[in-house]
Amino acid sequence: MGEVGIGVMGVYVRDQDEARSFYVDKVGFVLHTDVQNGPFRWLTVQHPEQPSLQLGLFAPGPPLHDADTEAALRALVAKGAMPGLVMHVADCRSEVERLRAAGVEITQEPVDRFGNVDAGFRDPSGNGWKVIERGGQG
Amino acid sequence: MRLDDPDLLRRLLRARDRITAAPHEDWPVRRMARVSGTSVAHFARSFREAFGVPPHRYLLTLRLERAAALLRDTDVPITHVAFACGWQSLGTFGRTFRDVYGLSPGAFRRSERGRGTRVATVPACIAKAMARPNLTIAVSEKRRSVASG
Repeated sequence: MGEVGIGVMGVYVRDQDEARSFYVDKVGFVLHTDVQNGPFRWLTVQHPEQPSLQLGLFAPGPPLHDADTEAALRALVAKGAMPGLVMHVADCRSEVERLRAAGVEITQEPVDRFGNVDAGFRDPSGNGWKVIERGGQG
Repeated sequence: MRLDDPDLLRRLLRARDRITAAPHEDWPVRRMARVSGTSVAHFARSFREAFGVPPHRYLLTLRLERAAALLRDTDVPITHVAFACGWQSLGTFGRTFRDVYGLSPGAFRRSERGRGTRVATVPACIAKAMARPNLTIAVSEKRRSVASG
């Protein structure tokens, strides 16, 4: 019997090749699945230490979306209106330096707040991430 | 008018991120436009269409939010609060602050201290957004409407 729980969560990205390269080569995630099925490409990556969860990198468009819906989704992603994501790390400052050196767009420098250290970055599409080092409870 | 060019929106978002990260810095339109790779002539209108608020009002809400937090959570003197949040003049800071919060910076500090409340338990960026003044009209318009009415 397998594990139960959330298996896949996804974000919309503007270009799946770009997103795959960003999350694998720059953020340091690992590729889980990349398969093309007609016009649909199922692409997921994983945090290297979290094999039970896949992050889907999905492109708005056919066959799931009509042209208006696709345009609306692309606009929402590009203006940063999609829900933010959070990555927990052991050392926020060194993680941010590593990401910066890899060419990731850092949107917020590390700040100490309420016993945590948090920073922010965005993927090329516009999805925002918080990078949080937890110091106390939480 | 709706703006739906994703490349332009992404670049406008970059400008908004940079402003958000450093609202105390000077942000003339040409600097905002440069960050987003748009022309000075089109930047402000595009930003407003994308985010529903003109860029300078967005900047003002960030500065006010930071000023309110410094007044509430620290003992930084009011003059320093004004300059640390990007105002060049104490008078302008005091006037703008009162127009938005209804209290002078000093009175606001005393009032907040008396209440002893703190926003916590939600991520700090959300708490900050909750604390951000919701400026639906320009401060100068609000000042005029209060004066006249």
